[in-house]
Amino acid sequence: MSILFVMIPLGLVLVGFALWAFFWAVGDGQFDDLESPGWSVVADDKPAPTVEEPQ
Amino acid sequence: MNAAGSGCFHCGEPIPSGVLTTVTLDGQSKPVCCIGCRAAAEMIRDAGLGDYYRFRTAAAPRPQLDADDVWSTYDRPEVQAPLVGHEGGLQVVNLLIEGLRCSACSWLIGERLDRLAGIARANVNPATARAQVAFDASRTSLAAVLRSIAALGYRPHVLGATDTLEVATRERRLALKRLAVAGFGMMQVMMIATALYVGAVDGIDPVIREYMRIICLVVTTPVLFYSGRPFFAGAAASLRARHIGMDVPVSIGIGLAFVASAWNTFLHRGEVYFDSVTMFIFLLLLGRYVEMLARHRAGSTAEALLRLVPATAMRIADGRRERVPVAQLAAGDRIWVLVGECFPADGLAHSATEADEALLTGESLPVAKPVGARVIAGALNRGAPVEIELTAVGQSTVLAGIVRLLERAQTERPRIARLADRAAAWFVSRVLLGAAVVAAVWLYIDPSRAFEATLAVLVVTCPCALSLATPTAITAATAALARAGLLVTRPDALESLAQADTVLFDKTGTLTLGHPQLERVTTRGVPREMALAIAAALERGSEHPLSQAFDGIVAAPAEDPSIHPGQGVEGRVHGRRYRIGTPAFVASLAGAPPADLVESAIHLGGDDGWLASFELGDTLRPQAAELVRELQSLGITPLIASGDHAAAVGATAAQVGITQWHARLLPADKLALIGSLRERGARVLAVGDGINDAPTLRAASVSLALGTGSALAQASADLVALRGDLTTLPTAVRLARRTATVIRQNLVWSATYNVIALPVAALGLVPPWLAAVGMSISSLLVVLNALRLARGTAPPRQPGRPPLLATPLAAT
Repeated sequence: MSILFVMIPLGLVLVGFALWAFFWAVGDGQFDDLESPGWSVVADDKPAPTVEEPQ
Repeated sequence: MNAAGSGCFHCGEPIPSGVLTTVTLDGQSKPVCCIGCRAAAEMIRDAGLGDYYRFRTAAAPRPQLDADDVWSTYDRPEVQAPLVGHEGGLQVVNLLIEGLRCSACSWLIGERLDRLAGIARANVNPATARAQVAFDASRTSLAAVLRSIAALGYRPHVLGATDTLEVATRERRLALKRLAVAGFGMMQVMMIATALYVGAVDGIDPVIREYMRIICLVVTTPVLFYSGRPFFAGAAASLRARHIGMDVPVSIGIGLAFVASAWNTFLHRGEVYFDSVTMFIFLLLLGRYVEMLARHRAGSTAEALLRLVPATAMRIADGRRERVPVAQLAAGDRIWVLVGECFPADGLAHSATEADEALLTGESLPVAKPVGARVIAGALNRGAPVEIELTAVGQSTVLAGIVRLLERAQTERPRIARLADRAAAWFVSRVLLGAAVVAAVWLYIDPSRAFEATLAVLVVTCPCALSLATPTAITAATAALARAGLLVTRPDALESLAQADTVLFDKTGTLTLGHPQLERVTTRGVPREMALAIAAALERGSEHPLSQAFDGIVAAPAEDPSIHPGQGVEGRVHGRRYRIGTPAFVASLAGAPPADLVESAIHLGGDDGWLASFELGDTLRPQAAELVRELQSLGITPLIASGDHAAAVGATAAQVGITQWHARLLPADKLALIGSLRERGARVLAVGDGINDAPTLRAASVSLALGTGSALAQASADLVALRGDLTTLPTAVRLARRTATVIRQNLVWSATYNVIALPVAALGLVPPWLAAVGMSISSLLVVLNALRLARGTAPPRQPGRPPLLATPLAAT
């Protein structure tokens, strides 16, 4: 069972890393709008011709 | 596939008969209701943004054709300076976008702005209807940004460089971080605690056991001090106010459980309750987070109201007119307000006009403003260009006063929260007293077991289940209702809604759509088409809401039309003079009115006599009758209390099947009606859409406002129907009743549990680990019971609106 003395701290380090990543994502505004980015993926796959930019 | 159904392709409103305006998209010709919608649709198509129509989930706002370019003033330095922030050579501006209804709208605006030269970044958030735009002032201008949004049919309001939304965002982000720490911590502790519980039964190596306890302590410490901080802060604040609030028992519970666990960990004996501590913190934070989201959404509407006041005004000084920022206006100044502009401050009219005060009074028809009449900030000038002498500006206006009142009402604590606080204060003081008695008795009998027994009492009776019972149920129900499009702005609204047995409809805009339509045309010696063409020609130049009834009818060309506020329009068609409007106004041109005249109709007359009468009616909301039937089946008596004339109210009541109705009521009469109903023991739900119902809404036991109605009503009502229809009301009533049942079940359960557990624990028969398990299971049961409410309601599908995911799939 002495492997637990390695595995649990390792697990905690991973949790710490996950939390750091989550904090970064929250600070970056990733969770401010959970709706429209999902749509933009669907909508952007067909690049449409524009008026301002000549083709 | 098109979200608008059979109406206008762009805005979804019904297309008036005789309109042949179309727009060509993807080789198909689509019908639109007016020139404005055609222009917007063509602009969207030509910019290559036609995808918008495939992905939107709500119809677009109907564009308003601005005669005067109001946006160019935003480029003047003194107007722009307080509104625009700077960010590394870029100008940053926050906008509130009126009419932003779905994700496709935000995509459309974002794409449109991205294609403007000089835009560095455009973030549009559909949930809050906000946009943040960063632009290069040397390549584009604020006015260009605003103009391009307005051209899509939305109405942008400049919020300034910073606004309260940032405060809300910061609060939300912090809460999310706290939630994440508690969640991660809870999962780790639970995992190890499972091993400890199994070990307690099956036997475990003492070294591993102590090691695991230390790990639990290490993980729980940040959860307690970072995530649990709001509870300790709240408890400290309520103690400073000499009052035992809900946070006090929560803090004592988690604090003592943690201290005891840490103590036992260091002494290598007894039990630890780290799993209970982390789980309790996580579950409570989750509930508070969801409640905070609902609160933020409700608060943003009140703030939006103040944006009704325009940023600039045309001041008349020394006979010249110049645009100045509204902040520079003072009482006594004279300003010039164009038709279609909002009044920037309170004042007196120097010439006759009409004002649309719908946002403030809920009155859907414009109010005549004769010379010397008082106009209020935020109202829309609909009659004629007018000179105003200002009487009050800024914070002293009527609008600002109303907003202050609403804000005060919002900060008041709901009754149920005060009751719960009192109950918790009583409960926690008894628990503390009980624990002290138990400790004293055990110290006398057997000091070695005193601590364990006392701790067991404290843990097993920790008011977790009690304090979770009500908020979790309310939060779950609130979230379920929000998904169905109904926002709960006050926590005790659900309780009152569950008890409601009478519903009072304010007819205008609640049971009907609020758009006048031609119902009957009576002609006198002229063909129907000709009468309609002349009427449409005259009404074309009018901003009067009743003129909407003639929108889209093929009009003859009208010459020099002149608008007579409160009376009608006069003009020349094919060289002949005509008047349309009130009987008296037409009579002065066409001679004595015929005997069979319907007074309430609109009349058309020429030099040679009376030509036609148009009877206008308002359309019922599609599901109004069904709604009334459903409410009746729930045991709720529907009533109509309207300010309209008896004939109109009676007709509406008959159509939807309501037998009790009251017409021609002033706001004071409505208050009296509610008062007498409540005296007879009725619990009244008031449904309204404007601020003249705000007193009515507040007088009722519980109130509901329609989202498409005025923003003010939204801010003052207990419930807001965001989608502007009432079909969710029966669902809400059912859910509210189920919520009341669940709250009762939860309270009964937690009380029963405590009553049974307390004496057993006091007798020392409950080892603390069992107390912790009991407490956790008790809390979990309460939470799971409450969460049944969140699953119960599927969002009702909108008629003519395909399911969300089917839209893009079907279209590709």
